[in-house]
Amino acid sequence: MLEAIILTVITAATPLLLAAIGELVVERSGVLNLGVEGMMAMGAVSGFAASLTFGTPFAGIVAGALAGMAVSLVFAFVTQTLVANQVASGLALTLFGLGLAGLLGEGFVGTPGLKLPALFIPGLTDLPVVGRILFGQDILVYVSFALVLGVSWFLFRTRAGLVLRAVGDNHGSAHALGYSVVRVRYLAVLFGGACAGLGGAYLSLAYTPLWVETMTAGRGWIALALVVFSSWLPSRLVVGAYLFGAVTILQLHAQPLGLGVPAQFMSMLPYLATVIVLVLISGNRRTTRFNTPACLGTPFVPDR
Amino acid sequence: MRLELVKRPEVSRVMMVVSPVLAVGLTVLFAAVVFALQGKDPAAGVYHFFVEPLLSPWSIEQLIVKATPLVIIALGLSVCYLSNNWNIGAEGQLTVGAITGSILPVLLPEFVSPATLPLMILLGALGGALYAAVPALLKTRFGTNEILTSLMLVYVSGLFLDWLVRGPWRDPQGYNFPITIDFNEAAVPATFPIGPLYLNLSAFLALILVVVLAVTLGRTLKGFEIRVLGQSPRAGAFAGFSAERMTLFAFMVSGALAGVAGILTVASEIGKLQPAISPGYGFTAIIVAFLGRLNPIGILIAGLVIALSYLGGEAIQTTLQMSSKVATVVQGMLLFFVLACDTLILYRVRLVGRAPKEPARA
Repeated sequence: MLEAIILTVITAATPLLLAAIGELVVERSGVLNLGVEGMMAMGAVSGFAASLTFGTPFAGIVAGALAGMAVSLVFAFVTQTLVANQVASGLALTLFGLGLAGLLGEGFVGTPGLKLPALFIPGLTDLPVVGRILFGQDILVYVSFALVLGVSWFLFRTRAGLVLRAVGDNHGSAHALGYSVVRVRYLAVLFGGACAGLGGAYLSLAYTPLWVETMTAGRGWIALALVVFSSWLPSRLVVGAYLFGAVTILQLHAQPLGLGVPAQFMSMLPYLATVIVLVLISGNRRTTRFNTPACLGTPFVPDR
Repeated sequence: MRLELVKRPEVSRVMMVVSPVLAVGLTVLFAAVVFALQGKDPAAGVYHFFVEPLLSPWSIEQLIVKATPLVIIALGLSVCYLSNNWNIGAEGQLTVGAITGSILPVLLPEFVSPATLPLMILLGALGGALYAAVPALLKTRFGTNEILTSLMLVYVSGLFLDWLVRGPWRDPQGYNFPITIDFNEAAVPATFPIGPLYLNLSAFLALILVVVLAVTLGRTLKGFEIRVLGQSPRAGAFAGFSAERMTLFAFMVSGALAGVAGILTVASEIGKLQPAISPGYGFTAIIVAFLGRLNPIGILIAGLVIALSYLGGEAIQTTLQMSSKVATVVQGMLLFFVLACDTLILYRVRLVGRAPKEPARA
């Protein structure tokens, strides 16, 4: 029972973690991309379609990431090259992505998909208790953790990461030092798109291997909230994503127990939890202010 | 090759008019590409999507029916966006307004009087305003990001409506369908003949609201306060305006209008409550607000343009056997183009080639 719950928590947390780690890098570079939901939907439908077309879920992983990048490129062009309002452009990306995904996926509704296989390492996966939890996950679960470690290392241990954070904290100075603010932000947005696409692909390849239009169900927005929750630190993102995964699963497991609470109220939990967590985090202004990228959401036009 | 932006010495008045037109033009062009990619004749697609719905009185009526909630919601959102408050939960406020507005016809069906509909609209406005006050208060009290909280509340309200129509408010004679009882005739807005068209009371209400908002924003101190606080909170503070009070005001105004749109949609289009009451009006109204340049008259025009995309989506479904989802894609593209073209108002865009190498001198 406990093992089953932990396994489902992992599958619920992974798409959130994947999408959020990408958005964390985007926001660290000073860009607020509210289009995560749209990019996830595109990743989900493209991943699903590609896995069926090529007969392997691994093609779906690649396609999901590419689709996320493709639509994020539109956002990058509009907000970085044409310096449009980032909040409105992000909303446009969400509406456009959800619409396009619905259109592309229409032929796939009701088609059974391919499930991403769980790894099996002889000896390790057979271990009692921890075997399946630690060594029997599908590849994207490990990818999500590798991304968290990689992003942590990149942001705080490499020169390029320092440049990215400088661009996010003070784009004027970074520009004066000779770094291309726009190029750094383009790359960050593309990385965020790839990650959100992966998160979406996880939904249609592992979480529920099928395509339904409402499949992202606000997860892109929850991922955005998680970035605020983490106060822009990758390690805290893991805590947040697994907490939310647990809340999602809690309501699924509580329903059959018949606590007398209507199913709709249980389904509200992840959304209400997001609001409550945001309130608690923002109540503590010191930690948030300290890590918030100072240029978050402000457009930059190089003067020459 | 790359694009370079050169700041204009002053805001281009020409571009303020040209930019939305250009955005619509580009959207039509790209819609044609979408039609072609789906293996349909692009010319026929554009005709059925953008032109045909304008040709019969019946479809013009439908156009106005669809535009009405969009315009009403977008008017409220413009107050929010002008004052730099990002309410994107209008869909949730619409849902709550529809629920509170339906209290009378669902729970007191025998209350049939000329006061029924006005009371319903009032209750709808109240419900929407209170629901919108939640993210506003969280923002002013705790500094919580209003974008995320207002959006999360959309999902909560949708689930609440779902519970309501499947549970306590379900019509006992409804064969277990998740619907409430039908509204009585006093709860349904009347229609009036205008020329060849029969127009709903809601449409006139929307027009009145456009005028009220235009006067408020353009001619009153409140309108000035909204714009000053949006453009420079610091300057607003010197003028004695409170950004916190403005946040609550803007959210409650837009929530009230979304709530009114919700109850009007339910009363005039559906006549009862059911799990799905809006084809995303609350989200599409965001596009309307921006396409209309956050200006009441602009929003009226933009509402009609966007409503056309809903009808166009239905038209190509029947004539070309295409998915009505094309409409959502077109709406998303339109918002992108609007935002991109707005750059032209503040900047001149130049295409620059790679800097030419200094020619070698002999």
